Amino acid sequence: MDELVLYRETFTITGDDFEHGGDAAAAVKAVLKDLGLDPAIIRRLSIANFEAEMNVIMYADKGRMDLVITPSAIRVVVADRGPGIEDIDLAMQEGYSTATAEMRARGFGAGMGLPNIERSTDSFEIESVPGKGTTLRYSVSLPQAPKGQGQEAPEQR
Amino acid sequence: MKLTEIRRLLDCDVIYGEDLLDDTEVHSCFAADLMSDVLAFSRSGALLVTGLTSLQSVHTADVADLAAILFVHDKRPGDPVVEVARHKKIPLLTTRRLMFETCGLLFGHGLQTAGKE
Repeated sequence: MDELVLYRETFTITGDDFEHGGDAAAAVKAVLKDLGLDPAIIRRLSIANFEAEMNVIMYADKGRMDLVITPSAIRVVVADRGPGIEDIDLAMQEGYSTATAEMRARGFGAGMGLPNIERSTDSFEIESVPGKGTTLRYSVSLPQAPKGQGQEAPEQR
Repeated sequence: MKLTEIRRLLDCDVIYGEDLLDDTEVHSCFAADLMSDVLAFSRSGALLVTGLTSLQSVHTADVADLAAILFVHDKRPGDPVVEVARHKKIPLLTTRRLMFETCGLLFGHGLQTAGKE
C-alpha cells in the first residue's frame, strides 16, 4: 500500500569527492531538524546516512541519496553506479574491507560501514550487481502519535 | 567539566569557538581516529578526542551530536574544515599532548567513557 509522503528530497553524491564527504548527511540532518523530529532518531539516521555517503565516495563513481518521510518512518535509498559488491555476506562482516590508505586516513574504511548502517536503522536491505552498482534501502521508524491521526484505524476498545 | 577547564588542563589552543567554551559542559569523552568507531559507539554530548583533522571529523561530531573536538599532538585542521565547524557551532581545540596523556588527564579529572556499555 502506498503511504502518504510528507517530504521527499534527493541529494547527489560524487565518487572520490572526499572534500565534500558528509555534506549529504549534514543536509539531510538539517532537514530533519527543521521538521522538529526527535534528536535521537535524527542521530541514528544521520549516522547511517554518513556511512552510506562515505561508501559512495570511497567506492563508486556517483550516487544519490533519496530521502522520503512518511508518517511512520524516515526511509532512505542510496543508489550508486560503481563496482558493486561481489560477496554481500562478506561485506557485512565487521572488519572486512577493501579500503585504500586514503580512505583509512579519512577515518573510514575499517569494514564497519555496512554493519553500522544496519545497527543504526530499523530496516536495512542491500542489493548489488557487480560491475553496475549497489543500492541500500534503510529506514528508521517514527513513533506513532498516541491518538489516531487519520492514517491508522481508530483504536478499538 | 567545562571546555574552559579542559583548555586550562591541557593548555589548549582554541581553533574555533572561544565564546562557546564557557557554556559547553562535557561529562564524557570518546577517543578515536576511526570515525566509524565514533559513529558506532559514542554517545551524544561527548567530547571527541582525535588526531584526525579531515572534514570527516567535523561531520562525525555533527551527525553524532558531539559537543566539541579536541585534536591531539598539536594537530590543526585546514581552513575549510574550521569553516564547517563554525557553521555547525562545534568548538575545536588542540593540545600539544599526545592521545594517551590527553585521555589520561581527562579521565583523571572525572570525564567518563562515552561508549556503549
